[in-house]
Amino acid sequence: MYSFQLPEFMIERAADRCIRCRVCERQCANQVYSYDAELDRMFIEEKNCVGCQRCVVLCPTLALNVRPRTSDYRPNASWTRDKMQNLKKQAETGGVILTGSGNDKPCRIYWDHLVLNASQVTNPSIDPLREPMELKTYLGRKPDAVKITRCADGFDVETESFPNVAIPTPLVFSAMSYGAISYQAYLSLAAAAKELGTLFNTGEGGLPEHMRREFGGNAIVQCASGRFGVDADYLNNSQIVEIKIGQGAKPGIGGHLPGEKVLANISETRMIPIGTDALSPAPQHDIYSIEDLSMLIYALKEATNYAKPVSVKIAAVHNVAAIASGIVRAGADIVAIDGFRGGTGAAPQATRDNVGIPLELALAAVDKRLREEGIRNKCSIMAAGGIRCSADAIKAIALGADGVYVGTAALIAMGCTLCQKCYTGKCNWGITTQDPFLIKRLNPELTTQRLVNLMRAWSHEIQEMLGGMGINAIESLRGNRDHLRGIGLEDWELNVLGVKGAGE
Amino acid sequence: MRQQYHQSERFTPDKEMQACGLFGVMDTTGKRFGGDMAIKAIKNMKVRGNGLGGGFGVYGIYPDYQEYYAFHVMYQDRNQAAKRMVEEYLKQNFYVIYDEEIPTDPGVNVFQPPLVWRYFVSPPPRKKGAEEHLTDDEYVVNKVMFVNINIEDAYVFSSGKNVGVFKGVGFPEEVAAYFMLDKLYQGYLWTVHSRFPTNTPGWWGGAHPFGILDWTVVHNGEISSYGTNRRFLAMHDYYCTLYTDTEVVAYAVDLLMRKQGLPIEVLSKIFAPPLWDAIKLMSAKEQKLYTTLRMVYAPLMLNGPFTIIVAHHNEMIGLTDRIRLRPITAGAKGDLVFLSSEEGAIRAVCPDLDMVWTPPGGEPVIVRLNSKDHLLSTNKSI
Repeated sequence: MYSFQLPEFMIERAADRCIRCRVCERQCANQVYSYDAELDRMFIEEKNCVGCQRCVVLCPTLALNVRPRTSDYRPNASWTRDKMQNLKKQAETGGVILTGSGNDKPCRIYWDHLVLNASQVTNPSIDPLREPMELKTYLGRKPDAVKITRCADGFDVETESFPNVAIPTPLVFSAMSYGAISYQAYLSLAAAAKELGTLFNTGEGGLPEHMRREFGGNAIVQCASGRFGVDADYLNNSQIVEIKIGQGAKPGIGGHLPGEKVLANISETRMIPIGTDALSPAPQHDIYSIEDLSMLIYALKEATNYAKPVSVKIAAVHNVAAIASGIVRAGADIVAIDGFRGGTGAAPQATRDNVGIPLELALAAVDKRLREEGIRNKCSIMAAGGIRCSADAIKAIALGADGVYVGTAALIAMGCTLCQKCYTGKCNWGITTQDPFLIKRLNPELTTQRLVNLMRAWSHEIQEMLGGMGINAIESLRGNRDHLRGIGLEDWELNVLGVKGAGE
Repeated sequence: MRQQYHQSERFTPDKEMQACGLFGVMDTTGKRFGGDMAIKAIKNMKVRGNGLGGGFGVYGIYPDYQEYYAFHVMYQDRNQAAKRMVEEYLKQNFYVIYDEEIPTDPGVNVFQPPLVWRYFVSPPPRKKGAEEHLTDDEYVVNKVMFVNINIEDAYVFSSGKNVGVFKGVGFPEEVAAYFMLDKLYQGYLWTVHSRFPTNTPGWWGGAHPFGILDWTVVHNGEISSYGTNRRFLAMHDYYCTLYTDTEVVAYAVDLLMRKQGLPIEVLSKIFAPPLWDAIKLMSAKEQKLYTTLRMVYAPLMLNGPFTIIVAHHNEMIGLTDRIRLRPITAGAKGDLVFLSSEEGAIRAVCPDLDMVWTPPGGEPVIVRLNSKDHLLSTNKSI
């Protein structure tokens, strides 16, 4: 069938700059470029281009220019390019439109409508370069009270604490599974987490056995609906065990790693035969209710000898507050909320762009509900899904989060340009691919350094803003919505966020 | 204490900000003395207040009624209807042993003085219904909170046994003159506060000390962690009605010490915890203590500049924030121990001090009856 689709991008090559080195041809896994030796000429197949900009960045003479097509379908506010293109695609294939990364629709980003406070006169701001500025965070359940008795040489703590995990900064790498991302990318996240003393999340694809001893101390291991790679050793080589119920990018649906990506190492890690599709069911088939969840939570606690906090990750959906409260009462020590701008390796576009609610509102609602019920101390809240910068992270903490999951931002630090084609397995940046030729592009050492730099930079920025507010420990900002004000928000939005309008 | 429902945090009123002067003096033998020292000392720190609030807490003030809870109740605008409602409520819930208007000097010109009445009450030996198992203290706290929240124009200044709070709008020496503190009362422990609010007009209920039962708090500073502290306390059914930092401190003290039974030294380490870097260098036992405290009571850390003097019977504690952004000075002469925002104020009332010292940030000065515990803080002082 002849395709009626217009190419998404146009590519211009400055003829006077091009030296026919064929870097672009070698770099493009989508086969946009080809070279005719007889004519000594580069040819371009624009319809294959995904706009990942790999060729542009690597072109030694900056001869290339890739940009969205300017001559396109007739502009139409209702029938946008995106809509029309999808209709044509579906007419040609009869399939579900797939996509990768997070929701890219212009839905209101509440972070951009929240502003932070700073000290003036009545209390001094604190300079983090000269004064201590503490970001250390403990994740896990806290008791209601501590019993302390006086003894000969001070005080005895009588209360036994629940397992908690200390992280030096409230930033943690999001769940990205080995399989969805390349080994190099996965290893870089683990190594960066180790160097920073923070945590990375294995996602649902298991933790390769040879990495367990070295990186288990920095791992949040996931137990998802497919149960890939879950065994006792996996659970015990971790800091936190996370039950994945849902993902912000695709609430209510499962996952699918195509068999082509299940190579030897992945097959071993996921504990499935080589070449089989790794299907994660939409629900966990042993959890059809909150009491079932409770049983899995305690099964995992038994398996880890009650030495590790158990987290439950859910997508932000309409009644997220009530669900979170149920999760805490079911025995979870951490609730992770993944908002609708959270990333994914593959999701139906209809789901990604239309299901779920923004993290900001979900987080505010959950924090409020848990406090009203007097159980906020029984869990930590992790905020995930569309945290783009340190300011988003600090605002999430002021809204009530204990820690923040960083996913897409970390990928971008590795090189990702959000072309949204992760599901094709042809990531030119070597991130979401298993192609042995492509994964070599990611040097784990250099990538680790990029990730470490990113988290350090964010931590410095958080310290800077914290000091500006006259606060020298992150816990004093947690849930401290007095330090937030809304701008350009409707009444109901301010109410849900629990934040006054600017000037109020 | 009950939680009030807000549709959204957004509708909680703004808290007020203020800077202040503090002073406290205690005779560690329990000998009672007049208010002259407290009044003179706070007068010496006049610039620390702006005449929009001053107040005194006096311990050992009502020896004749020491087994009864002494309620000082303020009626805004001299509202008689509020007074009738409060008295009806007290009658229903307590034995009222004696009551009278707190005498004032009409010759002293103060801003819109309310009617202030005192009641000596005793909770019924057998309480009714759901409150049957409450201790007397919890019962009294519930009733005080009920009056503060539900009866308009009525506000309970103080509610402890053998302790009284006097406060109002004006410079503290004016408030003292109005209530004739120097002539009528004696106590073994006096705390005093001069207020410099930056964003609220004077309101008699907003002055310090802030008290519940025999606990009183005077406070200087702005607590940047107010939102975190307030929301944590709300979870424990402490509903802030006054929206001052000080109220948060008072409730936190009540929660930690009265309800959870933590020692005062531990309380000060919750309010002003040691830095993680310092904890790292401690013994294993101390590490466990401080790590647990910081983990569990993180929402009660008071962040930002503050100095507080917390008092109850037999004890007075002075504490400044962990990086000492607000001043506090301690002094001692014989059996008298002083805490003050400024050394000058102590010297003004006691020029020949035996010793004077500045405790470091986060290090409490604990003044106890019949002990020399206050000297412990000199070890680390500057």
